[in-house]
Amino acid sequence: MSRNRRTRCLSAVAAAAGLALALAACGGGSGGANPSATSGAQAAQLDPNADLTKQSLTITIWDGYSPKDLPERVKSKLGFDVKVGIHDTNEMAMAKLTASDGGGVDVAFVSGQYAQALNEAGLLEPLHPELIPNLANLYPEAQQLSYDKGNKFSVPYTWGTTGICYRSDLVKTPPTSWNDILNPPADARKKVTMMTTERWLALPALKYLGYSVNTTDDAQLAKAKELLEKAKPNLLAYDDTTFGERLTKGEAVMVEAWDGWCPTGEENIEFVVPKEGSDLWADTMVIMKNSKNKEAAHAFINFILDPSVHGWVAANILYKVPNKAAMDQVDPKLLEANTPLKMTPADLLQGESLVDLGEASTKYTRLSTEVAAQQ
Amino acid sequence: MTRNDVAARPALRRGSRAGRSPRRAGGSLLPRLVFLGPGLAYLIVLLAIPLALVLSYTIFKRGRFGGVVYEATGENFARLFDPLYLNVVVSSLKIAVLTTVLALLIGYPTAYVIAHLPRKWKTIALVAIVLPFWTNFLIRVYAWIVLLSGPGLVNTALTRLGLVDEPLELLYNQGAIVTGLLYSYLPLMVLPLYAAIERLDPQLREASANLGARPARTFVSITLPLTVPAALTGCVFVFVPSFGNFVIPELLGGGRSIMVGNLIRDQFLKARDWPFGSTLALALIAVLIVLLFLQAWAARRYGGGETRRG
Repeated sequence: MSRNRRTRCLSAVAAAAGLALALAACGGGSGGANPSATSGAQAAQLDPNADLTKQSLTITIWDGYSPKDLPERVKSKLGFDVKVGIHDTNEMAMAKLTASDGGGVDVAFVSGQYAQALNEAGLLEPLHPELIPNLANLYPEAQQLSYDKGNKFSVPYTWGTTGICYRSDLVKTPPTSWNDILNPPADARKKVTMMTTERWLALPALKYLGYSVNTTDDAQLAKAKELLEKAKPNLLAYDDTTFGERLTKGEAVMVEAWDGWCPTGEENIEFVVPKEGSDLWADTMVIMKNSKNKEAAHAFINFILDPSVHGWVAANILYKVPNKAAMDQVDPKLLEANTPLKMTPADLLQGESLVDLGEASTKYTRLSTEVAAQQ
Repeated sequence: MTRNDVAARPALRRGSRAGRSPRRAGGSLLPRLVFLGPGLAYLIVLLAIPLALVLSYTIFKRGRFGGVVYEATGENFARLFDPLYLNVVVSSLKIAVLTTVLALLIGYPTAYVIAHLPRKWKTIALVAIVLPFWTNFLIRVYAWIVLLSGPGLVNTALTRLGLVDEPLELLYNQGAIVTGLLYSYLPLMVLPLYAAIERLDPQLREASANLGARPARTFVSITLPLTVPAALTGCVFVFVPSFGNFVIPELLGGGRSIMVGNLIRDQFLKARDWPFGSTLALALIAVLIVLLFLQAWAARRYGGGETRRG
């Protein structure tokens, strides 16, 4: 089962050989934000009694991130066709969605901070909660995600945090602090990996120093950089995609990992959120302003929030879903085997939501390039 | 291969002379276009247009979500000279040069030996050189991870044999990157060299021997100069993909060091900074064009007339 949606970065790497150029060519005139649009635009008038069978949906989502038979189930339950498009990374989704016609996408699955950015660009349709009665299934905490308080334009699909995934049989003392990754004990030296994606590369250092994961303060980032550069010689590698395998093989003993991605089902592999705290990430569903099938889009999101559909994600991808009804019906044995699944929404909210940083995001790009280029 | 080349040469000459003859000059545009058409269309649609687009981005500003904002700026070019990026370019150059030199040192003797094998073994050796290309590039690179990693095959073998106590750090460093690049592109060095060595007229060497030259002297004065152009071609073939590579630094380098290719890829796929990515790509192309000119110049200088066709 493809639970590792982030592995797709890797195939992206492979494909990107010619793609960088091709991308540049296709996306030509996307010109970033639509200049005429303003954020928080007017909601469209929707007809709750619209004939959904006359509509059809195009969605874009990570591969393997929804049940394979989803289109058939929607067709038989709601009566319209769903075309499933795939993106490998948030960046690719953004390239599609910011193209002149929104890429023809009606419903997109993107991470929270990207949903925020899309909304600021005026590309999203504000949600019509009256058309999504299943919103009642969500935990109350699901409304408190700082990129979109009150779920005005996005519905969280999965959520989780970042921590340290480790081999309890190969480390002397279990890690408790980000410092255990940044400055590993002698027996773990060269057996530690950190993530390479900008925001998560910076996260351990920022949290260890007591800063916000959304900081844009140059002095704080400079300190974080210093720490990351000091950590580099002790790392085995930077790895966003295969750290789980490295742990099971014993090539690594401690890795920075997303909770749903730590293979806690294996013996001797544990996950811990360091005491300094961590982030709270969410992948969300959003409806594009350009969609001509907004009634169907709402019906689709409502269908996803049905416990029988949303519960599939927790049971098969092992990501927590912000859906109380769905989490309640997950097999307790599965929860027992995979401790990260047991984190409560209150635990999760301890983490700091990643938000879009706008132009300041280039500071993180530079930080990660500097760390990577350091010899 | 040789026989074909020899046969092709007079044919080529005939062709070019016919092309210049007044009888063929007029009225033959249509058939030429028909034959050139597919190739030209391919080049224009898939090379010229995308390249022009990418290059045009270099003077604009980045869009917040990728793409470009059409406001002219010189900032992208100024950023090229930021020491951060210059260092990456320099370290990529070092890695690519090292790879190329090693490829030449390994590739030349290999090609020389293959060219002097009996016919049957020659075919087998050539197939063996090309064989890895039949497997997906990524799989072959992953195979190196299996070989070189801490608990990998090489380390296991070395430890079992008692040659080392601790597993060596073979992976995730520049050595691993060079190894991967060398492995991937060595055939591109061997093949042109083989073609050139194999095509050498044996009578030249006989003449040299008859005039009293020892084998070493014959090699230095006859074989080597005549194969310099092929060696240069091989060097370009190895250098170009090594310089811009980003998969191998990521997989075998463990993301611990970056090359220009990674930088460009990240600008497009992570940083959403297409204009700067384009500018870096332009810089890469510029370096490569300079190299190609140098190669052409050197080939003319050392090659002499006949062998230059390789």
